[in-house]
Formats: sequence, structure tokens, C-alpha cells
Amino acid sequence: MQWEIVIGLEVHTQLSTQSKIFSGASTAYGALPNTQASFVDLALPGVLPVLNRGAVERAIKFGLAVNAKINSPSIFARKNYFYPDLPKGYQISQYERPIVEGGSIGIQMGETEKTIRLTRAHLEEDAGKSLHEDFHGMSGIDLNRAGTPLLEIVSEPDLRSSAEAVAYAKTLHALVRWIGICDGNMQEGSFRCDANVSVRPLGQEKYGTRCEIKNLNSFRFLEKAIDFEVGRQIEILEDGGSIRQETRLFDANKGETRTMRTKEDANDYRYFPDPDLLPVEIAPDWIEQLRASLPELPQVRRERYVIEYGLSGYDAAVLTSSREMADYFEAMARQLPECAKLCANWIMGDISARLNRDGLDIAECPVGAAHVVQLINRIQDGTISGKAAKTVFESLWQGEHGQNVDAIIEAKGLKQMSDNSALEKLIDDVLAANAQQVADYRGGKEKAFNALVGQVMKAAQGKANPAQVNALLKEKLG
Amino acid sequence: MFNDSLKQLSERLANRAISSVELTTEFLRRIGKLNPQYNAFITVNEEKSLAQARRADQKIAAGEIGPLTGIPIAQKDIFCAKGWLTTCGSKMLSNFVSPYDADVIERFNQAGAINIGKTNMDEFAMGSSNETSYFGPVRNPWDAVAVPGGSSGGSACAVAARMAPAATGTDTGGSIRQPAALCGISGIKPTYGTVSRYGMIAFASSLDQGGPMAKSAEDLALMLNVMTGFDERDSTSLQREKEDYARDLSRPLSGLRIGLPREYFAKGMSSDVEKAIEQALDEYRRLGAETVEVSLPNSSLSIPVYYVLAPAEASSNLSRFDGVRYGYRAQVFQDLAEMYRNTRAEGFGAEVKRRILIGTYVLSHGYYDAYYIKAQKLRRLIAQDFKNAFKQCDVIMGPTTPAVAFDLGEKSSDPIQMYLSDIYTSAANLAGLPGMSIPVGFGDKMRPVGLHIIGDYFSEARMLNIAHQYQLITDWHQRAPNL
Repeated sequence: MQWEIVIGLEVHTQLSTQSKIFSGASTAYGALPNTQASFVDLALPGVLPVLNRGAVERAIKFGLAVNAKINSPSIFARKNYFYPDLPKGYQISQYERPIVEGGSIGIQMGETEKTIRLTRAHLEEDAGKSLHEDFHGMSGIDLNRAGTPLLEIVSEPDLRSSAEAVAYAKTLHALVRWIGICDGNMQEGSFRCDANVSVRPLGQEKYGTRCEIKNLNSFRFLEKAIDFEVGRQIEILEDGGSIRQETRLFDANKGETRTMRTKEDANDYRYFPDPDLLPVEIAPDWIEQLRASLPELPQVRRERYVIEYGLSGYDAAVLTSSREMADYFEAMARQLPECAKLCANWIMGDISARLNRDGLDIAECPVGAAHVVQLINRIQDGTISGKAAKTVFESLWQGEHGQNVDAIIEAKGLKQMSDNSALEKLIDDVLAANAQQVADYRGGKEKAFNALVGQVMKAAQGKANPAQVNALLKEKLG
Repeated sequence: MFNDSLKQLSERLANRAISSVELTTEFLRRIGKLNPQYNAFITVNEEKSLAQARRADQKIAAGEIGPLTGIPIAQKDIFCAKGWLTTCGSKMLSNFVSPYDADVIERFNQAGAINIGKTNMDEFAMGSSNETSYFGPVRNPWDAVAVPGGSSGGSACAVAARMAPAATGTDTGGSIRQPAALCGISGIKPTYGTVSRYGMIAFASSLDQGGPMAKSAEDLALMLNVMTGFDERDSTSLQREKEDYARDLSRPLSGLRIGLPREYFAKGMSSDVEKAIEQALDEYRRLGAETVEVSLPNSSLSIPVYYVLAPAEASSNLSRFDGVRYGYRAQVFQDLAEMYRNTRAEGFGAEVKRRILIGTYVLSHGYYDAYYIKAQKLRRLIAQDFKNAFKQCDVIMGPTTPAVAFDLGEKSSDPIQMYLSDIYTSAANLAGLPGMSIPVGFGDKMRPVGLHIIGDYFSEARMLNIAHQYQLITDWHQRAPNL
């Protein structure tokens, strides 16, 4: 039987506010345990939540970026359950009226684009952290994270493979960073995915029973967890079994998912509107102000790169995977509109490779776009070969010669021999010294020609323009 | 001196007839004498109170004297006060020393008032007799076998027994007005959102409102002037201009239209209470007011609605008392679930547990719509009733309670009977309206009767005026039990 995979993602993005969603305590990562927990975060008797405007602002920006409806009023609700790192015994979240409803995100799968619909995005507070080591059989509680603002972004079950799920998560990750509402730091838990996975016989309309895999904090884990889970479910179904609706955890070491809790022992969260917080009314002016403050969105740029610069959909998607990369590309392409593809190749090729080697982000690239533009200009005007350009780039990277492209070419003697007479003399010398190969070529051995080109290039110490060498050789060999 | 009004005490302090330290010492002595029998205070801290009094005397010496500077005020033990044991009447918080001040406490401190002690109360403000307190019941100063009412029973007793010139209370379904009535003092619950709830330990957030309890309407006005004001730490605090609640006290009452809800006078009120209320209404007519009959058709629903919504909110509000971070923790447990269970089983009293169970039930999957949502709809209708009534009248009057104070133990085994003592008061909380009680005589066994006044939103100054004019021509509010 052929199976169709159905996936929906719930992504918790930590909003980049200075202070917590309902208290004035700092959200900075990595402080000593409980040093960033205010009386409100500790849930002392009598304390009350006060909503952080910055968190609402970021949620609205997200809603606008995905063309969603911004609900006014939206309502905060209490999700009641007991856990030591949940100080109030309830989490303040949104239930029946989330701040963002609907909207969609386009993902690029190769050269095709697919639209993934969003169900909703709601504001909520994060819980603290339980520490189970180093406490002599007891557990420690760190409430620094308690009250950190989160935007939970829920997709419709529109994803049909782990690859699509990863593409969606990456696009979303790029978007929240692009519009500046989340730092996207996955190691620090700023972007965490839960995946709802089910399978159904291809062609069947009704969804299969789903399992939710919690807390996938890397794209790789997301992919592996889904692949494992899909395999598990198909195996059960093909053996004639049925899927139990449950929440599962991904064990990264074993590469498998296992049961965390079943539907039967799920909590009744007893959601009800939080009487300590008023319904959040959002003035239309404010929405318009925020709309105006949004940067050109990745989706828009992607389309523009295809139309304006003639890039492929794939290239455009890669270049818009971060605002910094897109800005880098655009700084180059504006100078070299005719060579946009070349610019794209440089960024996606040599520059990305070099950045990866040093574990840097393009924002931290020591070679600015303007320098790469000069470099390309020197390739275009024939001053240097493409191969020599790589040497110049490395020299720019190392900050040599004041990052002056021409000075580097000069100092390293990388200039191509563009003078025909000098090259002709060189070719004559090579032909004279390799009579056998000349004879072979004339005798019909095409391979001999390449060997001669190699000899000329070697004699020219790499400074000859290969196209020019080819042309001259052909001419001389008649 | 113990019978002096706040104004008289302030004058004595201003003209140096007495110092705040002397005044505070006098009240502390009286507490020392009477509290063992009446149990109005959970915590008295002479050292802290006198330190505040010394600072107040310095202020007065420097000419910085406000209406409450140097005057001792009893604080209900629901208000967090920095460095003070703040128990909320519960074993659960029997070891909790607050590291911060409630907004109300801050405002009294700012005004130079003295915290004379933390008053006893029903556990987590859940009760109408003060019998649910972990620290033992409070006795009614008019008759020690009677309850003082609740949940602000300690505050009511403290003022009635003249252990404090005035006190704070909180009112979720009648917890200021009912004990004020039963102890023969005056008390007002202002419009929801007028007094900050920051630092006031939550029972039912959408109903809880702090307010003053004192001997007279005039004193209540001075207290309200200090207690009220916008607080950005409470999202339900109203952003309004500060007002002087004493501004209208001397306004004549001619032309005042008093609404008498048919439903309040129909049945359920005992005859002694009815007699005192009718006499009070006659006084009002003499003062130039007219009475009109109004109707609050949904008033019979206020108790059922209240006992769905208040426990629902309470069940969630009290979840934080889990033994993890502060307060009581069970000694014996095997694992986390048992730690929670034992802590909460041992730390909460029976009434609190009953309400947590009710609240958990009405919020549960499958019952939420039938109970919680339905109750919220009815709440809207109850508020609408008042809106309609206020088209015909300026204030609504009736009895604060159906009967005078009952005896200790009389209703403690019958929660429904106990809940019915709030039958006239809880509607004001559901609607968010201001309500007050003033003493208007005595009923059976010479126990006090309270007149209930409900005003429209933000009409506190007018209500205080109406109460004050009555108190100018009567002396019920000046009567004190002979202790």
C-alpha cells in the first residue's frame, strides 16, 4: 500500500523582548539560577501579571508578515496543571481567541513553491526548568526562564514529508529572524518544534491518528524524528495494528521516538479566561504603524530576485534564507546587475564554504560585498582568472594588503597575460618542445590538444587566460 | 480616645495633645487586653508598629502631617506587608513572611499610618463567620458567643471593640459589608478596580476588592482617599483621576431617590432586621429622600452564580500553594505527586478544599459550558438588572444580611446556610458595583443590624454622603460594646 504522510508543526519561538511577558525581570540567557526571577515569576502570594507591550508588538508583526488576521480583542487564558517549574500552577496562554489567526507561509521545494497554511499563533509564557542532577536525590528548580515570552505558531496539517517539514521550519526560522522578533538561537531554545505526525493510505480523505513529538530543537532532529515516526506508524498499520494517539519524545542518541504520555493520561487543563488580564484591544493605528515598520519580506524579495535578476527559484530561496545574506547579495547585485547569477554563485559557493569553515555567519563575514564586487570586476575584465580569484578572495579574508583587490593581484602576481604577442611566443616555445604531441593532435588525437593547453598554462604560471590560450593554440595548429 | 474619629485623632496628633507613639501604645495595650478573648489579630508586632510611630512623630514634628499620619490602622492578613507574617488565615501560609508590600500597604505607609497588626480572617477569605481561620475563630464584641461575620471578621471585630480606629478589609461576596453589619460598624467595598489588588492575596480575582472598615462614613472617606488610586502593577486597576471621597459628605439629601428592590423585601429577611431597616428608611424620608420600588429580577441567581465563578477562579488562584517555593510543605511524602497531595491536604482547611473541588469541577472538560460559561452569562444579566434599576433611583438600599449575627458553630456544618448570609451582598461583586454597610440599630439579642447601600459605578462619594447624613442625625455608629 502507498502511504501519505501528514504533518503539522507547532513551533515555539521565543520573542526577543528585554523583559518577560508578564514581569519586569530580564530574559537574558545564561544567568545564575533564579537570579532573573522576580516576585511575579516566583508566583508569590498576591502578585499579578502585567502584559509586556513588546511581546504583543512582535506577535502582531508576525501576523502581518504571514498575512494573518490580527484578533482584537484577543484573550489570555489559564492552562492549569501542576509541575514544580510552573510556579503559579497554571500557564498563562491564549486559547479561544489567539492574537494571530490564519495566514500562510510559502516554502520552496526545489523549483516549486508550496503554500503552508497557518492555523494560529498565540502568545504565552514559558515555564522554568527542573534540574535533576547534583541535588543529592532531589530536584532543583531554576525559574529564570519562567515567564519568557513565546509565540506558539501552529500550522495546518499541510506538510507531506519530513523534507517539507524541515523546509517549513527553516522558512519560519528565517522569517522570525528577518522581522526581528526572535533571535532564532536553537541551542538556547529560542526556536523549538513539536511535530504532529500521522499517515493515511494515499487517496484517503480522513486523517490517520496522529502522534505529537515534543521539543525538537534542531532541523536535523526534526527530520530524523519524523522519518522514524512515519516508519513506526506504517509498520504498525501494515502489521494490522492501529495507532494510539499519544505524545512522544525523540531520543536523539538512539534516533527513535518513544511514548511520553497517552491520550488517556493527558491533563484536563481547565482553560478559562485569566481574570487578572483584560482582553487585549489593538488599535488599528498601531497595526498600521507596525505594518509600515516591517522590512521587505523574504517572500517578496524572493519573487523580486527571480524577476529582476533572473535567478532560479531555488537560488532566490537560498539567498533569502536570512536577511543578512539577502542584503549581502543585494549589495553586490546592485553594482553588478548583469552578473547577478555570478554574484549568487559566489555567495552560495566560495563565500558560504569559507564561512562554514570558520563557523561564521554572513553578518560576520570579514570580506565585504564591495570587495567581492571588485573581485568579480577583475574577473570580468580579464585581469585575473577565476582560479586566481579564489586566491585573491582568501587574501581578502586574511585582511592582507589593506583588503585592496588590485594591490593583492599585483603583489601576488596574479595578473593574466592578456598580451597576445607574449602569449604567442610562449605557445611557440611549447609547440617546439612538444613536437610529438603536436603530431598526435594533427594525427587526430583530440586528447593531445588538452595536454598542450596544460603545458601552456603551466609555462604561463597560471596567468594565461584559458580561453585565449585555446583560441591561439587552435589557430596555430591550424 | 478609643471612640474618637480619625479626624479627632489627627487633630490631637497635630496639636501635640498626644504623640503617635503614645497613641499606638494605647491601642497595643487595648489589643493586649482584649485580643486573647476576641482573637481579632493573628499578628501583633509592637516593635514594628512603634518604629513606624516614631517615624510618624518625626514627620509630624517636621510639619508633614496628612489625615492619617500617626494613626494606627489594622490590616487584614490578606495584604502582604514586608517583613510581616502574612498568613491569609491559612496553615498553608502560617510561616510566610512577605518580602514585599501590597499596594494598599504602601499607600498607608506613604500616608504615615501605623500598621497596628494583621487581622484574623476566614482562610483565604472563604467564609462568612471567621470560623474557617486556621488561627481560630474571632468573637463578636457585642456578644462573644456570636460570630463577627467574615471573611474580614478580625478587622470588623478590631474596629467594633475599639482595638483599632479603622481597618482594611477585602470583599469578594460581602466580606467587608457582612462583618461590618454583624459587628455594628461601617464598611465600603468600592467599585471593582478602584483599590489595587497588587499584594492582596487572590481569592476570586474578578470579584475581589479591597476597602476600608471604620466607625463612620466620614472615616471611610478618609481611608478611601488613601487606599485608592491607579496601580500599573494591577492590570484591572482603573486609570482615573484621584478623587476626594469626602467632598460630598455635607450635601443635603433632598431629592435623593432610594430604590428598594422588591426581591430583597419579599421574603427571607428576619423581622428584627426588617424593623431596623424600615426605621432607617424612615429616617431617610425625613432627610428628604423618596423611596421607589425597583426590581432586580435575577437577584435570586446571584448566590448560585457566585458559587460557580468564585470557586472556579479560586481553584486556579490557589494552585500556587504547592509546597515547592514557600509556605507549608508536608513532612512525609514518597514522590512529587504525594508531596503535592499531602501538602495541600494538610495545608488547606475543609472549606478551602470544598471550594477548590467545586471550582475544579465547574472548569472541567464537559462541564465548563454548563457551569462556568452559563454563570458568566447570568453575571451579565445580574449587572444589567442594576443598570435598569439605576434608571429609576440613585442608590439601592436593603438589609446587608438576612439576620443578625448567628452563634459560633450554628452554621459551620451547613455550608448552604452559611453561603446564604451573602445573599444580598454578592450581586454587587458580580456586577462590580460599590456597596456599603452602615449600622442602623439592633435586632434580636441586641446584635447589630446593617443597612446595605449599593450605588452605581464610581458613586462612592455620593454613597458616603448618604451614609454620613444619616449618621449626623443618628448615633448607632457611635455605639460601642461595653468591654
